[in-house]
Parts: sequence; C-alpha cells; structure tokens
Amino acid sequence: MALGRNSNQQATVPSTEQGRIDYAGKKIGMWLFLFTELLFFGGMFLLYAVYRSRYPAEFHWAAQQENLLLGSINTMILLSSSLTMAVAVSAIGKAHRRLSCLMQMVTMLSACCFLIIKYFEWGAKISKGIYPNSPVLLAHEKGDILFFSLYFVMTGIHGLHVLIGIIVMAIMLFFTRRGVIAPDNFAKLENTGLYWHFVDIVWIYLFPLFYLIT
Amino acid sequence: MDDKASEEMSFYEDSSRYRGMLAWLMSTDHKRIGLMYLGALLSFFTVGVALGVLIRLSLIAPGAILNAQQYNEVFTVHGIIQIFLFIIPGIPVSFGNFLLPIMIGARDVAFPRLNRFTLWLYLVGAAVVLLALFIKGAPPDTGWTFYAPYSIKTKANVSLAVLGVFILGFSSIFTGLNFVTTIHRMRAPGMKWFRLPLFIWTLYATGWVQILATPVLAITLVFIVLGRVFGVGFFDPSRGGDPILYEHLFWIYSHPAVYIMVLPAMGIISEIMPTFSKRKIFGYKAVVFSALAIATVGYFVWGHHMFTSGMSDTARIVFSFITFLVAVPSGVKVFNWIATLYKGSIQIDSPLLFALSFIFLFSVGGLTGLIIGSLAPNLHVHGTYFIVAHFHYVMFGGVGFSFLAGLHYWYPKMFGKMFSEKAAKIGWFFFFIGFNVLYFSMFILGYNGMPRRYFDPPPQYHSGEMVSTVGSWLLAIGLIIIFCNLIRALFKGPKASANPWGGRTLEWTIPSPPPYENFIEMPVITEGPYGFGKK
Repeated sequence: MALGRNSNQQATVPSTEQGRIDYAGKKIGMWLFLFTELLFFGGMFLLYAVYRSRYPAEFHWAAQQENLLLGSINTMILLSSSLTMAVAVSAIGKAHRRLSCLMQMVTMLSACCFLIIKYFEWGAKISKGIYPNSPVLLAHEKGDILFFSLYFVMTGIHGLHVLIGIIVMAIMLFFTRRGVIAPDNFAKLENTGLYWHFVDIVWIYLFPLFYLIT
Repeated sequence: MDDKASEEMSFYEDSSRYRGMLAWLMSTDHKRIGLMYLGALLSFFTVGVALGVLIRLSLIAPGAILNAQQYNEVFTVHGIIQIFLFIIPGIPVSFGNFLLPIMIGARDVAFPRLNRFTLWLYLVGAAVVLLALFIKGAPPDTGWTFYAPYSIKTKANVSLAVLGVFILGFSSIFTGLNFVTTIHRMRAPGMKWFRLPLFIWTLYATGWVQILATPVLAITLVFIVLGRVFGVGFFDPSRGGDPILYEHLFWIYSHPAVYIMVLPAMGIISEIMPTFSKRKIFGYKAVVFSALAIATVGYFVWGHHMFTSGMSDTARIVFSFITFLVAVPSGVKVFNWIATLYKGSIQIDSPLLFALSFIFLFSVGGLTGLIIGSLAPNLHVHGTYFIVAHFHYVMFGGVGFSFLAGLHYWYPKMFGKMFSEKAAKIGWFFFFIGFNVLYFSMFILGYNGMPRRYFDPPPQYHSGEMVSTVGSWLLAIGLIIIFCNLIRALFKGPKASANPWGGRTLEWTIPSPPPYENFIEMPVITEGPYGFGKK
C-alpha cells in the first residue's frame, strides 16, 4: 500500500485518551447498543406473539384481570418523564445548567413513581397467588399461565431497565453538577436520554399488549 | 527496520502506573488486550482439544475410561468450551483487536475502555462457566445447545453455565459495537471504504452480526434461568410452553453465530492469499459484497437445524432454499482466492499452507452442508456423525485452520520474533493429515447410520471409530509440534523484521512489535490494499 505522509500535522503523538471527543462516534455506539436492546426485547415480543395466537381466548380473559387505571397512570408518568428528559438535554445545550439539573431530577422522580406503582401492581397479583410457579396459577388454563408469566417477565425486565436508568441518571446529575457535562460536552447526557426514550418506547408497546387488548 | 523506527519503544515496554499483571489487565491498549485474549483463547482451545481426544478415546473402549454420565458431561463441556470460549470470540477479539486499528491507520479502537471491559467480561464469563464444572453438583450434561425442556429439568449445574454464556454474550456484543463504530469513525485520512483491507471488511460484517444476533441468545438463556429458578414455563409443555420455540430462538442466534466465527476466518485468508502470491486479490469488490451477503442471508437459514424437529413443509422448503443461497457468496470467495493464485509468484510458507488447507477443508465442509441442507438427505443423516463431521470441517477445518494461518502470519508482527518455518510445516502436515483421518471417517460412519452422541457404538462401527480415534492422535501430535514451535520462538526465535512476508497492508509498514500508539506519523492512504507490482 502506497503511503504519503502528512508531516505538517500531528508531529507529536497525541495520547489516545486525550484525543478530541468524537461526538458522532459516541452516538453511533449508543444507537448500536439500542439495536441490541431492541433485539433483546424482540425475543420476548416473539414469544408473546406466538402464544397470543395460540391461546387467544385465555389471553383475552387474562388481560381483563390487569389494573387498567394503574397501567394508564404509569403510561402517563413515563411519557411525561421522556419530555422532561428531552428538556434536560436541550437545556444543557443552551447552558441552562440549573434547569437541566431540575429536569433530570424530575425525570428520576417520575421513574421512581413508576416503579412504586409497579410494586403495588405486582403486590396485588402476588397476594392473589398469581405469580410464576404458584399453585393458584398452575391450576389455571395454560394460556393464563403463559400470559401472567410473560407479564411478570416482560414488565420485570422492563422495570430492571427503569432501575438501571435511575442509577445512570443519578450519575449524570452528579456529572452535570460538577460541570463534567457541559454545553460543549454533553454526549453522555444525550445518550442517557436516548436510553430513556428507548425504555419509554418499550413500555408504549407493553401497555397495549397487556392492558388494552382485552 | 529503519533506524528511526527502532528507537521507538514497542508497546511491550510501555510503563503505566500499574505493575506486573495489572499493567496488562488495566491497559486500554488494543494490542495488549488482543494478546491477553489470544493467550486465554489458546488455553481454552488446548483444554477443549484435550477433552475432544478424551471423547475419541472413550469411543473405542466404552466404559474403560469414562462412564456414560461422564461421557455426556465431557462432550457437553468440550462443546461449550470450543464454541463459547474459543471459536465465537476467537478471531475478532484476538487478531481483530490487535490489528483492526493498525490496519485502518488508527491509534486505538473507538472505545478503548469499553474494549478493556469486554476482556474483563470475557474472563468473568469464562470463570463462571468453569465454576459450573467444578462446584458441587454435576457439570452440565445437556450438550452445548442447552435444549429445553431437558435443560430446565436436569439436576446438573446448567444455570451457572448459562449465566456464564450470557456474560460472554455481552462481551461479544460490546466487541462488535466497538469494532463497527471504530471502522466508521477511526479510518486514517484517505482510507475510503473500498480501500479497507478485506480482513477489516469481514470484521465489520461480523460486528453487525454480533450486534444483531447475540441479544436473542441472551434473552433465550434468561428464559432458561427463569425456568429453572422461578418455574416460568415458556418452553415447558406442561405449562403451555413450546420446546420447539426454544430451538427457534436458539438457532436464530446460533446460526448467524456460525458466520460470526467463519467470516473473520475468511478475512484472514483474503489477507494471506495476496501476500503469498504477490498479486492483488482477484475481485476485491466481489469478496467484499460476498462477505456482506453471507452476513445478511445467514440470518434467514436457522430453520435448517430443525428439519426433523417439527415444522411445516413450506417452512422447510423455504429454509432449504435460502440455505442454498448462502452457498453462492461462499463459492464466490473460494473462486476469488483460487484466482488470486493464478500467475502469482507463489511463496509456499506455513501461513499459505494453513490458508490453502482452509480452502480445501472449508469446501468439503461447505459442500457437505449442501447435502444436509437439502430436505431428503437431511432426514437420513440428521443426528448422525455426518453432521458432526460437517460442522467440524467448517468450524475446526475452516475457522481453526484460519486461526492458525493468522497466528503464523501475524506472529512476527505481534511478538517481534520468527518461528522455525520447517517445524511449522512438519506440524501442519501432521495436523492436516490427522484432521482428515479423524473427521472424514466420520462422514462415512454417519452415512452408514452411526448416531451422534452415543456412548457405546454398535459393533459394526468399531473399525471406523478406531480409524477416527487414530486420526485424533495424529492431529494432537501436529498441534503439539505447532505450539511447541511457537512457544520456543518466543524465547529463542531470531528477531523478526518489520515485513517478513512482503505484505502490503498498513501493519507491515510499522516495526515488529508495533510501537505504543502504532504510528509515529499518521499514514495517509492514496490507493487500495494489496498494491503489488509497484513500489
């Protein structure tokens, strides 16, 4: 391979870690990660689709047992938390650090509310004896067993993602306060935002599949 | 090597604030990470081969060495180690890490710290898998495929092994993500897409497959653990689940995984063929697009693992047809490699010998793949030694030989030492002959109906089993010679020059071993790779 040399530039060797920040590269990395997340959830949606088509009557009945009110409240909470997250990202871009911090905190609080409501939903089911491998559930039809198993697994893994989101947001809040995340360097916060919107989108599909299609 | 370059410190001598082992484990240098991966991979490979030899030994004298349960455990562990710890991470994490940034003219990968994290994940995952073998309870006995519902019911330590594979999966995902981003963002000035060396193109295609397929395996393994721990019966018929669905989900990952293994292997061959025939690769773009085509079409053929599992005839015909389609780009590659040799100035060194063996063995594996990809013969040979022989030809004969080809080709660059060419050729000879004796006899055994995974072969297959086992000894002797030669060269080998083979890609323009950040001056690329014939 023929090589030219650009000796006028880069005469000194810059360290890899101190190199300029590749903003586009960081976002490409995050989008690729979200693709993997999509396929991770995709496996669960595939199971849902297969079993729903196999047991339509049982899924129909079981979905009516869900608490539509709590589900709807949670949907609203999560949707508005996506808005506050987007505001937090825009705010730091325009150098409104305090607003950004405030909005990140609101997002985190919403996420916590979501999990608390989820706790009561799960709690109500478990107190009725409906959870995987419980004798009450195993006495039900096979379609019901699968519906509630899918419900616990899918909302559980989604909830785990919410929990991880809260932890990541706490770290981002710390970085924003310390000025590590600044108007000229907020790829971290933006990527956190992308992640949070992804968690939101998954819920937008989970909500109709478990609560609305009855 | 010119004077200026030899003054530069190699990456071995770099001093950080850590000492000893930690200086390596904490390093974000892609070359150190690549070498650590290489060391780990070769260690696991050795263990896997030893277990394989043990399986062969047990088959000529059932019960004398292993009892039936131990035999099941040994072939399971052989599969898990060779597949998940050696061959899937294999070429990308070792040669890919070491060479990707150098070959595209970069100082490191896009996310060096993520790269270090993948190494840690790999080591933790491997440790968890190995833990499953040694702690209380039996080692996994499910086969490497963890088929449900047995994997959910068995008393063996399946949960732990599955957890280990899950962690290894994340290591693989992050490596793919890192490489794809690196190839998009870190190319040197003038390194246009169609000036990339072909090894880089295959790493790119592999990266995408890792990103898009591995998560499906991850969630499937989560279902197994949930089934075992919480009694979630997604694959348990008594709870409405469907075991066939497990097979679908498993092969949706594990068939593309075949291309995760074999694509980078093809990339190595595409590097070696031009260098040792001193000719430009024949049909550069055809090789590139065939790699992308294999990666794409490879997603849609998983059903051919399940022709006898219970699928509609329509599905089987479609899967069979698409399986035949994959053979087309693979054939394109084989023809291009052969055509590269035509009228070349061929230099028969050990890397070329391994590469030519790859082409031969991969063709045998690929063509027998067509036999089992068509429906009628598949019903006859499914679940027999024929399948075992086929995938060992593709995996071991293909990827294994390519790995050794790459190891010999880049050894001088990685370690700065030369090995004995003569010993390498003797080792190759035993390895190649042993390989064919070992696995070709399995084609015949399988065609005659010998089922795979049997502990006690019926008497009419005994002579065939005997031949195959003798082959495994020859193969082991070959491997011992190969590795002794390489290890000896580490300590006693003469110093390697910067470009011992006369290669034309970027890694041969820098000293052996490379300096800390690869390039003293950043290269500017003005033409495609493999520009032989002009200086």
